[in-house]
Amino acid sequence: MSTTEAPAGNGHVGRALRRKEDPRLITGRGSYVEDIILPGTLWMAMVRSPEAHARIVSIDASAAKEREGVVAVLTNEDMADLLAPLPMAWVPPGAEVSTPEHWPLAKGKVCHVGDPVAVVIGEDRYGVVDAAEDVVVEYEPLPVVTDIERALDSDAPVIHEGIGSNKSHEHSVGGGDLEAAFADSDVVMERRIVNHRTSGAPIECRGVLAEDRAGKLTIWSTTQVPHFLRLFLAIMLGGSEERYRVIAPEVGGGFGTKLQIYAEEVIAAWAAKKLQRPIKWIETRSEHMMTSHHGRDQIAYVKVGAKRDGTLTAFHARILADMGAYHQLLTPLIPSLGGYVMTGVYKIPVVHTDVTGVFTNKFATDAIRGAGRPEATHMIEVALDQLADELGMDRLELRRKNFIAKEDFPYETPYGITYDSGDHHGTLDKLLEHFDEDAMRREAPAGKLRGIGYSTYTEICGLAPTRMFGPTGVGVQAGFWESAVVRVHITGGVTVFTGTSPHGQGHETAWGQIVADRLGCDPDAVTVLHGDTDQGPMGLDTYGSRSLAVGGTSAAIAAERLADKCKRIVAHQLEAPVEDIVLQDGKWIVRGSPDKGMTLGEVSMAAHVPTNLPEGMDPALEASSFWEPDNFVFPFGAHACVVDIDRETGKVEVVRYVAVDDCGNPINPLLIDGQVHGGVVHAIGQALFEQVVYDEAGQLVTGSFVDYALPTAAELPSFETDRTVTPSPSNHLGVKGIGEAGTIAASAAVTNAVIDALRPAGVTYMDMPLTPLRVWQAIQEGGAS
Amino acid sequence: MIPPEFDYVAPDSLDEALQALAGGGGDAKVLAGGHSLLPLMKLRLAAPGLLVDIRKVPGLRGVQREDGQWRIGAMTRHADLQGNADLGPVGQAAGLIADQQVRNRGTIGGSLAHGDPASDLPTVLLACEGSLTVASSSGTREVAAADLFQDYLTTAVGDGEIVTEVRVPAFDGWGSSYLKFTRRAEDWAMVAVCALVKKASDGSFEDVRIGLTNMGSTPLRAGAAEAALRGKGADAIAAAADQAAEGTDPPGDLNATPDYKRHLARVLTRRALEEAAA
Amino acid sequence: MSTVPVHLTVNGQRHELQVEPRLLLVHLLRENLGLTGTHVGCDTTNCGACTVHLDGESVKSCTVLAVQADGAEVKTIEGMADGDKLHPLQEAFWADHGLQCGYCTPGMIMAAADLLARNPTPTEDEVRHGLEGNLCRCTGYHNIVRAVQDAAQAMSGGTAVGSQEVSA
Repeated sequence: MSTTEAPAGNGHVGRALRRKEDPRLITGRGSYVEDIILPGTLWMAMVRSPEAHARIVSIDASAAKEREGVVAVLTNEDMADLLAPLPMAWVPPGAEVSTPEHWPLAKGKVCHVGDPVAVVIGEDRYGVVDAAEDVVVEYEPLPVVTDIERALDSDAPVIHEGIGSNKSHEHSVGGGDLEAAFADSDVVMERRIVNHRTSGAPIECRGVLAEDRAGKLTIWSTTQVPHFLRLFLAIMLGGSEERYRVIAPEVGGGFGTKLQIYAEEVIAAWAAKKLQRPIKWIETRSEHMMTSHHGRDQIAYVKVGAKRDGTLTAFHARILADMGAYHQLLTPLIPSLGGYVMTGVYKIPVVHTDVTGVFTNKFATDAIRGAGRPEATHMIEVALDQLADELGMDRLELRRKNFIAKEDFPYETPYGITYDSGDHHGTLDKLLEHFDEDAMRREAPAGKLRGIGYSTYTEICGLAPTRMFGPTGVGVQAGFWESAVVRVHITGGVTVFTGTSPHGQGHETAWGQIVADRLGCDPDAVTVLHGDTDQGPMGLDTYGSRSLAVGGTSAAIAAERLADKCKRIVAHQLEAPVEDIVLQDGKWIVRGSPDKGMTLGEVSMAAHVPTNLPEGMDPALEASSFWEPDNFVFPFGAHACVVDIDRETGKVEVVRYVAVDDCGNPINPLLIDGQVHGGVVHAIGQALFEQVVYDEAGQLVTGSFVDYALPTAAELPSFETDRTVTPSPSNHLGVKGIGEAGTIAASAAVTNAVIDALRPAGVTYMDMPLTPLRVWQAIQEGGAS
Repeated sequence: MIPPEFDYVAPDSLDEALQALAGGGGDAKVLAGGHSLLPLMKLRLAAPGLLVDIRKVPGLRGVQREDGQWRIGAMTRHADLQGNADLGPVGQAAGLIADQQVRNRGTIGGSLAHGDPASDLPTVLLACEGSLTVASSSGTREVAAADLFQDYLTTAVGDGEIVTEVRVPAFDGWGSSYLKFTRRAEDWAMVAVCALVKKASDGSFEDVRIGLTNMGSTPLRAGAAEAALRGKGADAIAAAADQAAEGTDPPGDLNATPDYKRHLARVLTRRALEEAAA
Repeated sequence: MSTVPVHLTVNGQRHELQVEPRLLLVHLLRENLGLTGTHVGCDTTNCGACTVHLDGESVKSCTVLAVQADGAEVKTIEGMADGDKLHPLQEAFWADHGLQCGYCTPGMIMAAADLLARNPTPTEDEVRHGLEGNLCRCTGYHNIVRAVQDAAQAMSGGTAVGSQEVSA
């Protein structure tokens, strides 16, 4: 792997180095949960409810138990010694959130299709699937409610009797006098904007392997959050955290889906303890579609006020958010998280977001790539195009007029959030350097409706400053700092432990670049370890585009602490002043005397064989860092999308997509572009292809990849990406997150492009997903009106 | 997802395969490429007690021309047919089935015996007025395409029978097109149309065949549209295509309402006819 | 439970096993032979993560019974490199950042190898259609398509893969 044309210790950060992770992955030597085999392992299969809402009358497991190889069949009663139900971790100050008890196995009733009722555990992977079919469960069906607006009717069936209605909570954020601001507006644009339910759908489904050995329970899980999982296993199963070890080995994509504490993880751990055999469960895709949490699923009533000249005066979103049947880890938080950036990149003096959470007989929603922020961006960016139309104003002119100006940063929004840095005119200008709208319109193919859409966005990520995101702020019951340990071995090799837990992002490469620059070694000499709660310090895992901004910064700080120690050792050994020791060409040298110096290996040898260290200095070369930021980070950008629509069939084709993003200082441009590509496609998927559909009886219609339509390569164009660089003041690396940005930006760009294309056909607004059927129907209706 | 248990044999001859099939009664199924059957078994929508794998049966693979007909062995895979310009719509449609991996396993005989109205080759066979050779312990018989597709996933191929060969007229001098409308490239057809046209020396259409995919419980012919175009010129295509959905009653599904499917049938028929006539 | 014998060659090595007739080829590879590079991502023959070569052509090994591979040559991702020398597709996926979580990657590489065997110099559109049976959630396919085109070039004697390695 030749990655080091630039001298070690100088400028690895910013280079498009290829990934350290890849050699094992391209040769089939990665180790995902399903790949791990322990002797004596028992397999677990779930018995799931075919009913969306029903009382459990009886469970007869006798036939299943008689099957050869079946060791146990468990129901809720068997697990009565659990100390707590599955967790929900959001307690917003000043708001009441009603959270129903949610046990890993259904207690008395089922509330969604796929609700686990029993598990079968046995010797053979195939045999437990057969046996699970033999478990006979008698259900007494109850009335089902799947529509969130219907669920709030006073005569709707109530899913959780103890709560008394289907409303889980109300939560409002915002500032200013709305009524006065709208009264003072020349134009008020109102739309009902639906953001439909989607699935994260990583290509690796979920899975867990649990083993209890000598009083220590080890769980390998396809999780983004091994540290959270360890904590909640201790809370639910008892005993203190250090008796549990959670390992997230290679994880095949997350997208928020694996930011969760799932029933199967707890059941497998519980059963491993009881049966004293390793327990393995691997989710099927059909199960994934049913019972890996979904995302989005909101109806928003959006109201935007403006002056005749386009100056924005007020913004209000009343959001009905579908929680599904239960609250999972962060279910009710998600729409509110979007609420904090509901005003997007604009100066709007008065803004309010009012969220109502609603229970329905579907699986829970929770964080899926972007988590509330794609919904928020979609709302404001689609609404602005609609407003521009009503004002008869160019939509980019409307945006420019209201952009928060570069010199206004840091900028405090009416929500009390402070955007760290930005240059929205700059990203839009750069976008238009690549993108000539007039030329694109001229080049439209005959017979197609061509549309062009834009999205200028920002997002809130880098979770998080605890005082703002934790119990006293947004209300998530945890701290959100991040840790790192950097250890230099005797021979000069480096191990970095990070508390973040990647699942495809490339932390091993990027952290390697950051640490190598600070210690004066080759990035190849840096091994980054993650995702094992017994290795390295306590960490807070990976979600909310936090890893680089918080965890990468923490790794930098630990490396800088070591660099200081290196300098002092070198100064002592070379008998030079500490302030004269610098890193150059991969060597610690005395400034101006490049022939006089020490390599990291030599420094480390001196530190580990401490015969000649400065007075009072500890031996060895290791440092740790626990760091949290003072503020979030706010990546931003400007995207343009071109679609061609077959007017006769309604089929939409994305023919060009240009993304200009600003994630602060780039660490590895190759990885940034990769995140943007994947993020954008996630949103194109939502805009054009993907939708989780339940019928009125609560049956899941999109139960597999046949019907849940992830786009393939054949449906997509190549992408054009570029960047502006506006460093974040929230961390000394100057970095912002990029994992979710594409997803947050893109659905609005695609939707605006489709609506733009359809204007000549008389269509002025459409909700996603913009499927051929729906586009055709809109053209029929638009043409008729 | 794991199929339920079954017994398995892979006989070396057609006779043995037929015997095994007869021995299994209604509970036995022929396994060709398995790309219709195994997915159903994995979802536990099918649970045959015995699979008779015919991959070792000699003489079931390959394409040859004889007396103005193409004789295609039942075990010939879609991959062997895809892009074969000699085969007209068979080659065109085979290349559009699912994806390369599926085409590398799926067979023409398996697809036709399964008779899914959303799959491509049944429509092509119907439009081509081809036929199947079907063997059983009591001998062989020919089944014309028009008699093959009886109802949803129900064909005239009986429990004890094995499809051995597919016959398709050569259509020398005809133009053909198979147009498939999907949301994603690998999907089943939302609607697809197979068009075959033969032009007379004056440019008019001497004969026209139009087959429709996923417009009912079986593949269908667009008889009214065919009749409307026969003897007419290219300027009659649009009007003829307008009749493509006549008499159809397609079921709605997640991606399409019945109206939309009928609309697609008309649009695709017009485009397919234009392409076939070009 | 009755079992049947299966003889097959995997990555050049002969194996003889007794298996349940319903054993899927992917499980034979992963669990009986320990070749865990081949993954499963769906139940419905859509995602392509389980793609291997059967007698030189790509198949989805979750939709092939192990017994159907009796007598066949199977190649998996583990058999693509020649010792330490990576296959040009592996090199190109690495150089072009054609993978993130890596879960779809083995199947994607095996599908791409079949594609290049059929069409050694595919256009972008042909690459995209050639991979229509493989789903990736991480990359948006952009860099996968580039990697396959770069590998095609390398395999047909063009520029060595990886020489285009970018520096910022």
